Amino acid sequence: MTRHVTVTRHALLLAGLVLAFVAMVLVGLMVGAVRVPVAEVLAALRGSADAQTRTIVVGLRLPRVLLAAEVGAGLAVSGAVFQALLRNPLAEPYVLGVSSGAAVGAVTAIVFGMTATSMFALPIAAFIGAIVAITLVLAMAAAAGRGLDTHVLLLAGVVIGAFFNALILLLVNFADLETFRAAMLWIMGSFSGASSESVTIVAVWVIPALVVLGLLARPLNLMSVGEQSAFHLGVDVRQLKLFLYVGTSLVVGVCVAGSGAIGFVGLVVPHALRLVGGSDHRWLLPACALTGGGFLVFADTIARTIVAPAELPVGVVTALAGVPVFLWLLIRHEEGV
Amino acid sequence: MSLFELRDVSYSYPSAPRPALDGISLDVAEGALFALLGPNGSGKSTLLRVMLGELSTSSGGVTYAGRPSDSWGRREIATQIAFVPQAEPMAFPMTVRALVEMGRYPHTGILGRMGPHDREAIDEAMERAGVAELGGRSIRNLSGGERQRVRIARALAQEPKILVLDEPTAALDLHFEMETFELMRELTEERAFTVVVATHNLNLAARYATRLLLLAEGRIEALGSPEDVITAETIGRVYRWPVIVTSYEESGPGSGSPQVVPLSEAVSSTPG
Repeated sequence: MTRHVTVTRHALLLAGLVLAFVAMVLVGLMVGAVRVPVAEVLAALRGSADAQTRTIVVGLRLPRVLLAAEVGAGLAVSGAVFQALLRNPLAEPYVLGVSSGAAVGAVTAIVFGMTATSMFALPIAAFIGAIVAITLVLAMAAAAGRGLDTHVLLLAGVVIGAFFNALILLLVNFADLETFRAAMLWIMGSFSGASSESVTIVAVWVIPALVVLGLLARPLNLMSVGEQSAFHLGVDVRQLKLFLYVGTSLVVGVCVAGSGAIGFVGLVVPHALRLVGGSDHRWLLPACALTGGGFLVFADTIARTIVAPAELPVGVVTALAGVPVFLWLLIRHEEGV
Repeated sequence: MSLFELRDVSYSYPSAPRPALDGISLDVAEGALFALLGPNGSGKSTLLRVMLGELSTSSGGVTYAGRPSDSWGRREIATQIAFVPQAEPMAFPMTVRALVEMGRYPHTGILGRMGPHDREAIDEAMERAGVAELGGRSIRNLSGGERQRVRIARALAQEPKILVLDEPTAALDLHFEMETFELMRELTEERAFTVVVATHNLNLAARYATRLLLLAEGRIEALGSPEDVITAETIGRVYRWPVIVTSYEESGPGSGSPQVVPLSEAVSSTPG
């Protein structure tokens, strides 16, 4: 009975999130240097608007909006998975240094010209960087002897992240000035380089990975009561952890390859959704995908309009929104709430 | 028929000076209430972890229902053996019913769609563990004793053959402790469960368990009925404290079982 009510409530919430997501996408397509009314946006998407409007909406804004939606979905779901895996509401790809590791991988590929060899060189290099980073962070936390202690994990993540950001700046010193400018975008994150090609590359990797992570929602629920209990409830914990770490590293790596290291999406979105609908991952993961996507589309719309004709790195917008939430969570966590 | 069979099982933790378990052989018979006793650091938890497949033995074999325990898949074994930990993390808020529903994981498919039998199993488990009225409460707002009963309900929802509990009453007051032991007896006597419980409470173990194992420094010190295991000499030696053993003489279950009374230090130092 109560279960039935919960299922209906989650279905309604998800329907609401779909509508909100569509609204954010439409706003993202309407707003910019030239304001396009919603009717003309819809016409352009159907291919019936005039050529100039089609160029603005479909050629310029649509790839950027789609990339932001994909990356937002990927980062928010990865955040929720890290939080369940580490049983820590503060865990998030950026805070854990995983995004910075992916950015080092991506910048390495660019500086050494590997991107010319294959369109997959960039995401694969970023994936490897993400795997290296999460392995280092977990090894540091384990070496400190306190397992998954919040302080040690956060400290390890911050230190590894700082180290990787320094590596990026070191690497770009071997490159030309243009690459140097681009490196700042890797560190802060931006969708200004979005193209239909980058949308496709991210979609090819991230969407299947998100489906797989979504199918692991139930064992992920069990992980939140501890690995020992999950093991005795029938979860092959070692195998699940391997799957989840590889899966999230892939998602984070490819997202970072598409747009740089954008922070706090994976923190703010799952937290807000847990407050609204609880922490059952069967609802939380799809909700994170929708809300993360919508949130990042909205954040990017702000980033490219608020100081027009210049634009802010989108990571600045998400950090301004995310840091207060992070601090609030940290204080609550310390109080043992 | 014995469900668990351990043959000459040893286990050493990496870089430990002596083995945590040394040549343990035992059988846990179906329907038994099997109590695992021993001082702190005697290897009780290690023995449980080896029996439950969390640790692989350094030497010797563990079989469950006649099959080597490492040949069972995780989901498969979880429909046979349920474990109640002493405590577990609560990273995110969750209702009592959601926690008990986790017990159906090994019985349901990838989406966790539950049929009428699953819901019945959950209702019955909550009823039996005495948490039926707590279903909608947040697990974080419960007392330690209530949380422990919710974890027992989750284990029962797994519909296992064996329930394994690791010091289930260590943090509980007398009321919850007695309720837990009464529940364990009810499960073995009326519901054909087998229960394995690690505990520090020698007297309740002597009253409620059908078979006792006393561990000391990773070895079996005594194994048998309460009368065989709970003697003043054995308990005094293993726990390094003088005790006398009396008898529980109230009528009803457990009547006549040995009861340990530790003496005070002054008595022990008195000559004679």
